[in-house]
Amino acid sequence: MNVSRRWLEAFLRRPLESADVASRLAALGATVDAIEELHPGLGQVVVAVVREVRPHPNADRLRLCDVDDGSGTAWNVVCGAPNVTAGSKYPFAPVGATLPGGLTLEKRKIRGEVSEGMLCSARELGLGQEHDGILELTTEAAPGTPFLEVFDLADERLVVDVTPNRPDLLGHKGVVRELAFSFGTTFRLPAVPGSDGPAMPTPVRAGAEATTGGVRVAIEDPIGCPRFLGAVMRGVRVGASPEWLRARVEAVGMRSINNIVDATNCVMFELNQPMHAYDVARLKGPAVIARRARAGERLTTLDGTDRALAPSMTVIADADGAIGVAGVMGGAHSEVSPETTDLFLECAYFEPQGVRAARRQLGLSSEASYRFERGVDLWNGPEVLRRAVEIIQATAGGTLDGEPVDLFPQVSHPPRIFLRPSRVAQVLGVEVAWDAIERYLVAIGATVVSKPEDGRIAVDVPGWRPDLVAEIDLVEEVARLHGYDDFPTELRPFRVGDLPNAPSEGIDAAIRRGLVAEGLYEVQTLPLGPEDGPESVRLLNPLSAEEGFMRTALLPSLVRQVEGNWAAHTRDVRLFELGTVFLRGEAGMPPREERRVAGVLTGAREPAHWSSAGKSPDVDHWDLRALFEAAAALAYPASMVQVEGGEWVACAPGGRIVGRARALEADAPPWAAAVVGFEILVDAIPRSTPAFVALPVNPAVTRDLSLLVPAGATAADLGEAIRSAGGRLLEAVVVLDEYRGSGVPAGHRGLAFRLRYRAPDRTLRDKEVDASVTKVLKVLRERHGIELRAS
Amino acid sequence: MAESHPQSLLDALRPRLAAVAELDAGALEAEQIAVLGRKSGALTALLRSLATLPPEERRAVGAAANELRQAFEAAFVARSDALVSDAATATVAQRDLTMPGRRRWVGAEHPVTKVVDEICEIFHGLGFNRAVGPEAETEWMNFGALNFPADHPAMDMHDTFYLDVGGDARPGDGKAVLLRTHTSPVQIRTMMEGPPPYRVVIPGVVYRKDPFDPSHAPVFAQIEGLAVDEGISFVDLKGTLLHFARQFFSTSTKVRFRPSFFPFTEPSAEMDVSCDLCGGSGCSACKGTGWMEILGCGMVHPKVLENCGVDAERYTGFAFGMGPQRIAMQRYGIPDIRLLYEGDMRFLDQMGRAR
Ligand SMILES: [Zn+2]
Repeated sequence: MNVSRRWLEAFLRRPLESADVASRLAALGATVDAIEELHPGLGQVVVAVVREVRPHPNADRLRLCDVDDGSGTAWNVVCGAPNVTAGSKYPFAPVGATLPGGLTLEKRKIRGEVSEGMLCSARELGLGQEHDGILELTTEAAPGTPFLEVFDLADERLVVDVTPNRPDLLGHKGVVRELAFSFGTTFRLPAVPGSDGPAMPTPVRAGAEATTGGVRVAIEDPIGCPRFLGAVMRGVRVGASPEWLRARVEAVGMRSINNIVDATNCVMFELNQPMHAYDVARLKGPAVIARRARAGERLTTLDGTDRALAPSMTVIADADGAIGVAGVMGGAHSEVSPETTDLFLECAYFEPQGVRAARRQLGLSSEASYRFERGVDLWNGPEVLRRAVEIIQATAGGTLDGEPVDLFPQVSHPPRIFLRPSRVAQVLGVEVAWDAIERYLVAIGATVVSKPEDGRIAVDVPGWRPDLVAEIDLVEEVARLHGYDDFPTELRPFRVGDLPNAPSEGIDAAIRRGLVAEGLYEVQTLPLGPEDGPESVRLLNPLSAEEGFMRTALLPSLVRQVEGNWAAHTRDVRLFELGTVFLRGEAGMPPREERRVAGVLTGAREPAHWSSAGKSPDVDHWDLRALFEAAAALAYPASMVQVEGGEWVACAPGGRIVGRARALEADAPPWAAAVVGFEILVDAIPRSTPAFVALPVNPAVTRDLSLLVPAGATAADLGEAIRSAGGRLLEAVVVLDEYRGSGVPAGHRGLAFRLRYRAPDRTLRDKEVDASVTKVLKVLRERHGIELRAS
Repeated sequence: MAESHPQSLLDALRPRLAAVAELDAGALEAEQIAVLGRKSGALTALLRSLATLPPEERRAVGAAANELRQAFEAAFVARSDALVSDAATATVAQRDLTMPGRRRWVGAEHPVTKVVDEICEIFHGLGFNRAVGPEAETEWMNFGALNFPADHPAMDMHDTFYLDVGGDARPGDGKAVLLRTHTSPVQIRTMMEGPPPYRVVIPGVVYRKDPFDPSHAPVFAQIEGLAVDEGISFVDLKGTLLHFARQFFSTSTKVRFRPSFFPFTEPSAEMDVSCDLCGGSGCSACKGTGWMEILGCGMVHPKVLENCGVDAERYTGFAFGMGPQRIAMQRYGIPDIRLLYEGDMRFLDQMGRAR
């Protein structure tokens, strides 16, 4: 909502500082996003007298003027305006001044004559469209007086961020009401120049149909249009708006159209009630009817577009057909034109949800729809209409034809709410004195119907506050006007909640710590992406096709992040992400969400160091395997890393695959290293606590076995065979070395295992260990056909 | 040599074993090649030639040769280790201590994770435990239960992504499935679980249909808090959040509360904190105001309590919500929110060093 400082001043009859207004409004809940100076280019313009006018020697239409701006120098100014007269005063922009349009004046030659500044037209000063001549000033001010000092045009526009619950702040009067409370003062509607005061008779209340000034007015859709006021004015002269009206509508950012349209816009920005003026001569019937659109009905709106209407929409129609979409936009045909002499003025209440639906369906937003959607004052129509008639009479003349009508088929009243001072204290934490509560409620325009009785008071809320429907809404008003900062700020004793931390949070934290310890950086990527498999869940309204689906895996976006790092010439990349993936669930139900963790590695295994001549080998599959095992232990402790189909998988008990690790495809530059990565499901069950095992006190004995292993036998199988044959003294078996080459027959490899033996209660004797090794070798030989490698 | 008897070759090698302990680094390497080199090492060649001997001799010489090989290997390793440690002790004076040390890769948690954890920890100290919930919700959970009027302009504050999940639900009917626009549905889930008191903080990812630009992301983190019990009031709300602000920013941080609007709280407020950077005198970070907008909060709307089966006459409570991305951006001076999503190692490394 754009607010004009001067307009506020006209209500409050006191000078205001925009910054002060902004902080007062902020304290009351309306943030001012910006304060924009209007007429910013006028600061350097001064009043000047033209002392002498001579013809331009080289151009018939130009004149040479001696301009006195009070500086003592007589400036040569070339002027093209026919109305320039010696002895008159004009706004003068000297060399160096920048005008509202952005033009900076320089000393230059025009048709061979030097010009040192400019005498300005109204349009050049941003004060209207008049460009026929320069602006002659009637002022006593001496030459050199700043233009803005003489003509008090200075104004600022405050861009107020109005929350959706406060439609009243979409009119100046609503903003003024808040400021009046803040200043502790009163306000009234600004006087209309040229008016003797409002002269409209009270509209005649009717049901669903009535006639005014020969125009039939009817409500056929009382749901979409519960109240409709109309008035007919004849003999108006459509023309340019007077200065004050033009300034008002331009101050709030509207374009000045003519005195009729400007008057309705002025009323809208003053009282938050959109209005519409029709040319009676163009109304068939003449009739104005609020009804539902008919099937197949079309309308060319004010913006010149032909639109199809839907029967769900409320329209304004004449006897022939729709002439406007209720609350959204008028039609082009019945628009007020310069030839218009007779007006039909509409001031209606349109039901917010209907306006919102029609606005969305038509893809057409307007200042009017914005206000109707949020709710205008259902009970303020007569005041609004009276105000509009007063402004139009003062600016365009004309007289009312008959008494205005007020169709209100189902008369209703603003709600009455009961407020308990005890509830105020319960919610706000301190008692607020009864008289203060009453003062606050009166300030927002509510009527306190009764003194406290049975511990409560009855409050009739004002019609412009559709947000006030329940007791808690009044409690908020009390808090708001009392001032949030005036409540104590205390840390009072409290009871802690019974719910423990969500277990998944602790699990997430442990996974993060574990992977950070592995040297990986955590990233957060968008869970949106392209379709990726039949389980992908589609967004109904995506930002773009590339982000049209929910991810079903984390790795693809991590690979993209690796590619992003390559684009920044980073070769060594180690990332992980802990996030949610989405898999199609039952029809109509939310998707299944899985918490997953994924990691990627590429580039050097360790930072290069001078002791290794700056070289470090790149990460490979064996780095991946170790990382995957570490991640699996964190994310899914019950799982086992196994080999399946040429890659590693993590298997949950029961065989379900919960994670995978493998080499990844990526769009890699030639200098990049291979990328490997893993992804694994996070098991949500709480982790078991590790139990202490007594540390060994006796020494271990190790034996290395170098085996000749034929193709097909795996390290895992052999390790398992050794473990089971080794007996209870065999504590650990690790793979020491793999060797292929001379001495090893083709199709075989040498595998060395280190066996560690230990007895918990004594020092082992060589004989015991030898016996176990012999048994291991026997099993290997007899069951697996594997022999020691000949050395 | 090749014609010499294996036994004499062994005898010839033995004295050289003792000499290993005296070799310098260069000579050690040469001797390793000369004795055990894979191609031309004397002992290697001898071992290879064993196959040509008669069986009894092969066994005897073989055992001796293998023993000698192991002895040489051990001697070489020992000498090599000794040389390294000699270098370490004997040449301290010559060592260039300005040479860089040997580093390992380090990792780090995402800066937003750090901020989230820090905030949750502060509230944990005030008796709040963590609660979480799903990211896809029904319209009712995201809006209806939280007192958003159906099809009201209040919904325009939340540009919502809807999901195509089949079935006959349509946006606007309450059953449609969407990506939660705030973590507030977890408030509802918490309150449905059992009777008050509740004291939870709710970290999580939320979605708004905002195009990616320097200050907006379609997906971002949020932390909400909820405290409901008998006797909880606006004073507690202010006291709790001031305490948080002083813990998180600094002990001299000031706060101010401005009226605001959220459908699920009433009264509603925005809390500003005095700008950390300029101390309140105004700078570019706070746009000259001296204040930073940090969170939205309010007293839980009675309708929300009732929607969860909580007696709104007996119980009152407060809720608050804030955006860790924005807080991280303010704290670290990050100019563009997209940096938080790009996984640039250089950025993550910088942030990893930050507190
Ligand atoms: Zn600052």
